[in-house]
Amino acid sequence: MTALTTRLPSRFLPVLATVVLFVITFGVGSVRYDGFASGQVIANLFIDNAFLIVLAAGMTFVILSGGIDLSVGSVVALSTMVTAAGLRAGWPVPLVIIAVLLIGSTLGLLMGLVIHKFDIQPFIVTLAGMFLARGLCFLISVESVSIKDTTFRDVATAVIELPGGVTITYNVVIALVVVLAALFVLHRTRFGRTVYAVGGNEQSAMLMGLKTGRTKVGVYVISGFCSALAGLLFSLYMLSGYGLHAVGMELDAIAAVVIGGTLLAGGLGYVLGSLAGVLVLGTIQTLISFQGTLSSWWTKIVIGALLLVFIAVQRGMIRDRR
Amino acid sequence: MTESPPPVVEMRGISLAFPGVKALQDVDFRLFPGEVHALMGENGAGKSTLIKTLTGVHTPDSGTVQLAGDAVAFSSPGQAQEAGISTVYQEVNLCANLTVAENILLGREPRKLGGIDFPAMRKRAAEVLSRIGVHIDPASSLGEHPIAVQQLVAIARAIAVDCRVLVLDEPTSSLDAGEVAELFRIMRVLRGEGVAILFVSHFLDQVYEISDRMTVLRNGTLVGEHLTSELDRRALVSKMIGRELGALEAIEEAAEKHQADGPVLVRAEGLGRRGAIAPFDLDVRAGEVVGLAGLLGSGRTELARLLFGADKADSGQLLVDGKPLHLRGPRSAIAAGIAFCSEDRKGEGLVADLSIRDNLVLAMQAARGWTRPLSRRVKDELVEKYLAALDIRPANPDALVRTLSGGNQQKVLLARWLVTEPRLLILDEPTRGIDIGAKAQIQHLVTTLAAEGTAVLFISAELEEVVRIADRIVVLRDRHKIAELDGGASLDEVVGLIAGEQLPEGVAS
Repeated sequence: MTALTTRLPSRFLPVLATVVLFVITFGVGSVRYDGFASGQVIANLFIDNAFLIVLAAGMTFVILSGGIDLSVGSVVALSTMVTAAGLRAGWPVPLVIIAVLLIGSTLGLLMGLVIHKFDIQPFIVTLAGMFLARGLCFLISVESVSIKDTTFRDVATAVIELPGGVTITYNVVIALVVVLAALFVLHRTRFGRTVYAVGGNEQSAMLMGLKTGRTKVGVYVISGFCSALAGLLFSLYMLSGYGLHAVGMELDAIAAVVIGGTLLAGGLGYVLGSLAGVLVLGTIQTLISFQGTLSSWWTKIVIGALLLVFIAVQRGMIRDRR
Repeated sequence: MTESPPPVVEMRGISLAFPGVKALQDVDFRLFPGEVHALMGENGAGKSTLIKTLTGVHTPDSGTVQLAGDAVAFSSPGQAQEAGISTVYQEVNLCANLTVAENILLGREPRKLGGIDFPAMRKRAAEVLSRIGVHIDPASSLGEHPIAVQQLVAIARAIAVDCRVLVLDEPTSSLDAGEVAELFRIMRVLRGEGVAILFVSHFLDQVYEISDRMTVLRNGTLVGEHLTSELDRRALVSKMIGRELGALEAIEEAAEKHQADGPVLVRAEGLGRRGAIAPFDLDVRAGEVVGLAGLLGSGRTELARLLFGADKADSGQLLVDGKPLHLRGPRSAIAAGIAFCSEDRKGEGLVADLSIRDNLVLAMQAARGWTRPLSRRVKDELVEKYLAALDIRPANPDALVRTLSGGNQQKVLLARWLVTEPRLLILDEPTRGIDIGAKAQIQHLVTTLAAEGTAVLFISAELEEVVRIADRIVVLRDRHKIAELDGGASLDEVVGLIAGEQLPEGVAS
């Protein structure tokens, strides 16, 4: 990684831009509001967005490969539902976790296989997956199911003390582990480099003898797994399962990845950029809640404007590369 | 070059059909270790298909492939590579977003602790690169390098494995003379190491320079296998196109026949654009072929784009039929009867995912305007007519343009403009990258069109071609029109002018 990072500054410009953006938004908040620039506010950014970090990490794989996964929000909802319903039925926690992760990965596998075998646009396949998963939630229950399992509640409320009195939850640890794992897989394994190759030029990757089919299916399995894991984190965060959880969260994840500098056409981007993207989104949200009088919809307006800017920047980058 | 070692590749009775096309019929092919074997044939003869059958992209409908005596059936390029068959394609099929080292070694990268060992990978890539005498930073991104270097990286990838068979599918089409010499040096090194090299090129000079043996294909069937030393060029070309070379000579005569005495159709007076082409005067008469000669970057295409309105002139004026015409863009040029057949046929000309019929109809319909739809019958008649007139193969109007060979795509592009019945047809490099048979047909078509009264502005980097078919030759150098020669000019004269040697007397500059 270090060798990669020192070599081509131009490739890292979008990521650097996102980091700078994060610093600026955070700086604005610190100057305007007392108590904004505290360790706990930063920690809260991670706590409140742990599930989104995991989702964005999975989405980074898909987008790097040149695809898209619209099903992730619905899979999060389905996962919260399975978690809540499973615990209500008295399943042990490990079983619930395994079931949820299996369901998410299997859904991803199915979508990946359809995309690859029938050569169908990922957009439409994952759109179908999105409706399917959302529908399955209501098959389990149309009501919100609250989680009363004590082990689960204990984990949800447990905090880890960091130096300086800052506390984080286990969610944050899991999210950071996912980011590290994603970093390793994307940069140090053949699978990861093939993801970049497929996103750069799928035809070439195939002719280079790389296993493009397996890679394309693989990214959807990873995204499905990450969605399920994000669903578990979301259950810990909300302590309930509901079919209307995480509506539109797939779009937040995509926005975070794009703002993090990943090329929507695939082949260029970094998972750390996606992490920065999530933090930018989170900071904007925090800023608006600190401000107090603005409607929370202002978050959406700012995110929309940011997305436009970043897509324009990507456009310029592509022109430079060609 | 004795036949004592057994062939490393032996393909027997290979047949393969695509929807509507029999791409290969009962083709035999063999390849010996330590030889350069040229696969010859026109566009659409089945060269690429045969190669893709060998490398696992296509699976043959029937026939057997043996590698070093063992029957093999590859179902992916990856399997073929593992078996020692590496391929370098005409267009660089690497990933520009990855590093040079990754492009060379991805799929067989060295590992450490469960991950890719990047230092070892860069070291190994540097070794492979130095084996073929290329010295670039393996850690640099592939997209930063020019196409020629990317092509060499593709070769490095091919030989990074223990490669027994190296397939080079038109590797030279994007290389200049020095780079070709470099490639040939590498090929000779590999041949000396016992690698069997399958080489495809449209340039006969290159084939005769490097190859030991050749196999000729025509229309998906095997014509024959010959030692290069035993087959002269004339015989080779007639085997490839399946008829005597008379066609090319007939064009030469036809070009002599008609003299430009028609009315001036298009006149440029001091037309120019800063940074593109210095102001020039030019008359193009109905029924004549005006050739544009000059080196790459001499302003050939720029001149043509001004006449077509693709770029705006910043000086001078353009007269059509003696009346000034202000070109606001290609649309007004088209309305005035000017057609421009771009050199970039993929990017600017054809819609690759539509059928031949749809591509032709698109142009017709655009010329007529959307308010006057064409009847199905009229469309079919026109499509039929141009398919036959240009000998487009397959002669199936529903074939997708994407599946056609380069020469046939070029013909479809030509047909697209011909259906609009232009008065001035500007052809920018219409014969680049296509085989000699299609070339002869296109040249023949140009002379026929001129005989029928169409004015043609013909741009080509191949001076022989310009000299052969043009009634008048405009010579460009460094973005200036430096001379205008009549059709009787010799190749030497034109070359001399382009090289900047002398101006013949009586030629205005």
